[in-house]
Amino acid sequence: MSPVEGTAKLEIRGATKTYEAKTGPVHALQDFSLEVAAGELVCVLGPSGCGKTTLLWAMAGLHALTRGEISLDGSPITGPRPVEIGMMFQDANLLPWRNLRKNIELPFEIKKRPVDKGRIEVLLKEVGLDGFESSYPRELSGGMQQRASIVRALAPDPGVMLLDEPFGALDAFTRDEMNLLLMRLWSETSKTIVFVTHNISEAIFLADRVVVMTPRPGRLARIFDIELPRPRTVDMTFEPEFIELIQEIKRTVESGARHTVEVE
Amino acid sequence: MSEVPRELRDEIPSFDDGPTHHDHGPIDWTGLTSIRGAKSALEIGTIIAIAIGVFFGLEAILRLSDTPTYIFPKPTGVVAALTDDFQLQYAHHLWVTLQEFFIGYAIGSTIGLILAAVITQKPFVEKVVAPYIIILVVTPMVALVPFLRVSLIQGVDMWPIIVAVALASGPMVLINAATGFRRTDLAKIALARSYGASTLQVFRKIRFPLALPMIIVGYMIGAIFGLLTAIGGEMVSASEEGGLGRQLIYFSALIRMENFGAVLMIIAALGISIYVVFYFIGKRWASWES
Repeated sequence: MSPVEGTAKLEIRGATKTYEAKTGPVHALQDFSLEVAAGELVCVLGPSGCGKTTLLWAMAGLHALTRGEISLDGSPITGPRPVEIGMMFQDANLLPWRNLRKNIELPFEIKKRPVDKGRIEVLLKEVGLDGFESSYPRELSGGMQQRASIVRALAPDPGVMLLDEPFGALDAFTRDEMNLLLMRLWSETSKTIVFVTHNISEAIFLADRVVVMTPRPGRLARIFDIELPRPRTVDMTFEPEFIELIQEIKRTVESGARHTVEVE
Repeated sequence: MSEVPRELRDEIPSFDDGPTHHDHGPIDWTGLTSIRGAKSALEIGTIIAIAIGVFFGLEAILRLSDTPTYIFPKPTGVVAALTDDFQLQYAHHLWVTLQEFFIGYAIGSTIGLILAAVITQKPFVEKVVAPYIIILVVTPMVALVPFLRVSLIQGVDMWPIIVAVALASGPMVLINAATGFRRTDLAKIALARSYGASTLQVFRKIRFPLALPMIIVGYMIGAIFGLLTAIGGEMVSASEEGGLGRQLIYFSALIRMENFGAVLMIIAALGISIYVVFYFIGKRWASWES
């Protein structure tokens, strides 16, 4: 499943990021390289603080790397690429002073583009939020807020979606529901998705490939090809094959952790 | 990861391992609206009953004890003094006070708001300016009026009081608006930037709406301080036009306590009006906070 040389949609080469903190430099990310093919769904998995959000923010052009390069369709990312890349953040990140419709229209407003009302309507219907356009975020449940956030990210129709633990704050049932929704929307389009999570079963459930990172500094530990058939169902997560994968990935994460402890 | 210092977490959002919560800063909006708007008929009835009780209770006590008006005016006397000759005794002075208040408040609050937006852009500037703002906040600007009148702005017009009102309300707006502008929600700013927002767009779409509840609080406190300063300024050194503050001094000097009480009623009504106006502004523009 690994992309053939030169066909990668996203290319990360030797990504390294060091922060200057009061207590000294923090090595968040070290020599991380990865290629993501067009239309692929890759999950980046690692413990908290392993630099996966740092990586994703760099891919979104929200901050610069200390060393290394990330390119999209062959051109280096030096700042936000709003037309090509859509980003979803930890929790729904809706603006509480705007109603749902105004929240979803925010990307169009900022880009000064006409609002694609038809597309928004279709998406709202698809995620079951039609009729809630004038509701404010505080009036909606966590799952509904998250669905609105998905609509906001998809409405401008970016080719690449970067998702930063978007469902981390939801309960297990709502999370399953969101993951199914995300996969359905993904299979209907041909988007390239990079999904950051610290939940192993979520990563396996969604991904074509699971990229496991080591704890700080974040390095690439191992890449798992997930060959479970699609469309996937929640029942699959109880199959022995799935559970074996969980255990194998868990071992990789833990050995990565031990390795780092020994080094330190 | 809870030991990671706040500044660092701002830089590296991934190190916050719990679910991010909707943290909008240490603002307790309930302080402004602690007297809740939606009241039941029983609550409204009780409030009116207390007002009537106090009014007639006081009237009865003053009548039974035969207290002379120059010691304490009767409520009915105050109402009579208020309605009897409103146009002649109060209307002009109300107008003078309102002019001083509104001109000074408009100048002070505008400068305060702009300064708040500017200084919060640079932590260095903010830290350097902070002690001077505190000095402005804690200095009673009423005390400046006589000085302004004889020294910097010589004359008998309204300007010394207008300047004092501006100096009293401006820092209140500034200090609260600055608190608002300091509430940087990095995820929301990053969201706007990921859509390609310019610095100005980030300000207009994220930073300003996020700061708005605190700006409104600042405007309300500024308005109350501005009104107090206008009245107080007129008490210590009024313009030749007078004003409600000067009428207080005038009526008390003549021991016309019913008129004095009437002026107090007008001032109280102004204060309540400020509260009511800001209650509705807060409800309309900042209700998402609560």
